[in-house]
Amino acid sequence: MAEPIADVTDVLEERVNQQYEAGFVTDVEQEMFPPGLDEEVIRKLSAKKNEPEWMTEWRLEAYHGWLEMEEPTWANIKYEPIDYQSISYYAGPKPKGDGPQSLDDVDPEILATYEKLGIPLIEQQMLAGVAVDAVFDSVSVATTFKEKLAEAGVIFCPMSEAIQDHPELVKKYLGKIVPRGDNFFAALNSAVFSDGSFVYVPKGVRCPMELSTYFRINAENTGQFERTLIVAEEGASVSYLEGCTAPMRDENQLHAAVVELHAAEGAQIKYSTVQNWYPGDMETGKGGIYNFVTKRGICAGRKAKISWTQVETGSSITWKYPSVILKGDDTVGEFYSVALSKGRQQADTGTKMIHVGRNTTSTIVSKGISAGHGQNTYRGAVKILKGADGARNFSQCDSMLIGDQCGAHTFPYIDVQNPNAQMEHEASTSKVGEDQLFYCNTRGIETEDAVSMIVNGFCKEVFNELPMEFAVEARKLLEISLEGSVG
Amino acid sequence: MLEIKNLHVSVEGQNILRGVNLTVSPGEVHAIMGPNGSGKSTLAQVMAGKDEYEVTEGQIFYKGEDLAEAAPEERAREGLFLAFQYPVEIPGVSNVYFLKAALNAIRKHRGQEEMDAMDFLTYVRDKMKIVKMDETLLNRPVNEGFSGGEKKRNEIFHMAVLDPTLAVLDETDSGLDIDALKIVADGVNSLRSEKRAFVVITHYQRLLNYIVPDFVHVLVDGKIVRSGGKELAHELEEKGYAWLEEGRAAGASAATV
Repeated sequence: MAEPIADVTDVLEERVNQQYEAGFVTDVEQEMFPPGLDEEVIRKLSAKKNEPEWMTEWRLEAYHGWLEMEEPTWANIKYEPIDYQSISYYAGPKPKGDGPQSLDDVDPEILATYEKLGIPLIEQQMLAGVAVDAVFDSVSVATTFKEKLAEAGVIFCPMSEAIQDHPELVKKYLGKIVPRGDNFFAALNSAVFSDGSFVYVPKGVRCPMELSTYFRINAENTGQFERTLIVAEEGASVSYLEGCTAPMRDENQLHAAVVELHAAEGAQIKYSTVQNWYPGDMETGKGGIYNFVTKRGICAGRKAKISWTQVETGSSITWKYPSVILKGDDTVGEFYSVALSKGRQQADTGTKMIHVGRNTTSTIVSKGISAGHGQNTYRGAVKILKGADGARNFSQCDSMLIGDQCGAHTFPYIDVQNPNAQMEHEASTSKVGEDQLFYCNTRGIETEDAVSMIVNGFCKEVFNELPMEFAVEARKLLEISLEGSVG
Repeated sequence: MLEIKNLHVSVEGQNILRGVNLTVSPGEVHAIMGPNGSGKSTLAQVMAGKDEYEVTEGQIFYKGEDLAEAAPEERAREGLFLAFQYPVEIPGVSNVYFLKAALNAIRKHRGQEEMDAMDFLTYVRDKMKIVKMDETLLNRPVNEGFSGGEKKRNEIFHMAVLDPTLAVLDETDSGLDIDALKIVADGVNSLRSEKRAFVVITHYQRLLNYIVPDFVHVLVDGKIVRSGGKELAHELEEKGYAWLEEGRAAGASAATV
């Protein structure tokens, strides 16, 4: 059988009625900076994390660059101006003693929070074969299976720890793929980044487990500035997944992340995201996370491969273009995306594939779903440089509309400087048809289940790219998110 | 089992059915024939509960219940099945997954336990033989990329799996070559039983050579103008619909005089 038919049915049964399940607040004693951003705040943040001088300087340079930059306005999104002085740039659970050394030291409230989100941090209870880094506001609170990974030579730790313990590696790669001045949000992130994951897979090592980071925003009036760096050396391979949730609040909160991936010769990095930040109130659009994210990977050596898969169901605004620089010859870049905009959500997301090396191949499969008053934009760029002989790109952008108040937009940019390149582009827009729903109904399937089924069918090519456990999770998330979309 | 009383239906303000009466008992096969535009498909869709079709007068009783308020899925779960004239494609959803969801929705309604994947596969493989379906069609998305004949066969396959008490076949013969027609007819015949009734809607008498009906009704201009046994179909084949349309037109003009 080509398709696992059992798990999907189970998922349908597990249907719950809440609109946003992860919207609770954890009551935990925390330490927070007062709102505002200046040099002093950055020095304080750096000191808080006990960072070496070079790191503090690196942040300050980014900050000065940021001050000169302007917030981009080209995206197809509308929002009230963000007051960067009203945000607190650090919030963390108050450490007991010297901070958590092991799970026993982590505040039980926080452990309970992750448990409630379906991410138990007690290793025995976890999904076999998945190691988790749990980031709570600005701080990584726990990283599981570290020792087991270390046996294989894999480093998996919070970024703040990597700066302490592996400064050479951090210095070598940080900001090399996404330079500090890359864009407004990347510059801000470089100045104030809080935590995120650091992964280093040495030469020839296949990482023995799935790695994942679970980002949780809990504190009020804070921003989360995740910074993740993944390095796969020659012939190494790793699969990494991130998940994100936040409480329901009336104020907008900012999540400005930077993720950098470095794949050396023959290395493979698979990066999957299931993003479920609070999307804001369905009716009024009040609240929700502003998700401004810069993600880029470089296939530095021959035959390297980077694959981005994202399922974006949350956030009131999503601005995100995971990209691949195909520098080495025979390298492969992939982007698989499902983006859902419902209620008042706006998503402007897509990818950039930059072909530098010869015989480089990229694949883009984007599935946008718009419901309610949601606005969904695919924005993608494929650039074939002069030297990229034999480069190939395949792009497929499909949009699905549910109801008649929503919108789907597609902006593909293509820049081909090499006449040998092969480009294929397919696009489609479809409506969940009355005919399809009626057909399902006449077979005994009710409308909501039929919508889930039709949408899941639409997204199948992308879900197939997710690691098995997370594919089930993503389907479930989509079903919950779509509840009530069809009258 | 089915009783349609003085049914009037309008679609977008246009009166399509103008007083249809029909009674179907368990075990019977009724054929409804009629020229294009006579309202045959409207009748089929309205029985299944399509809500764009407004019942302006009259009622449909199924198993003694008035269907006026029943949603299409409720009708389906009570054993009413419609084989579509134009089966709908659902990209990315495999036929087998779709059918499992459908069957389990129906089983749940009947208070039966839901079937697990293994039992379902065994069950479904057995049903495939009825319409000589190729197993590859099981894993392909519902109707997507199916040929016309495959789509129609798939409808009969769905019927076999869902095991309805009343099956309405809407022009299942259209677009089928003679071999496919025989397969579909054999499938229907093998599902005939004392408990199950069929309403077979068709434009041509040809299908009725293979699915021999107990009753034939002729629908013209939204009304059943003639009912009879299977010989009525042969008569129609010889004389054409014009024979009945003319008679009706003459009657109508006579009435206005």
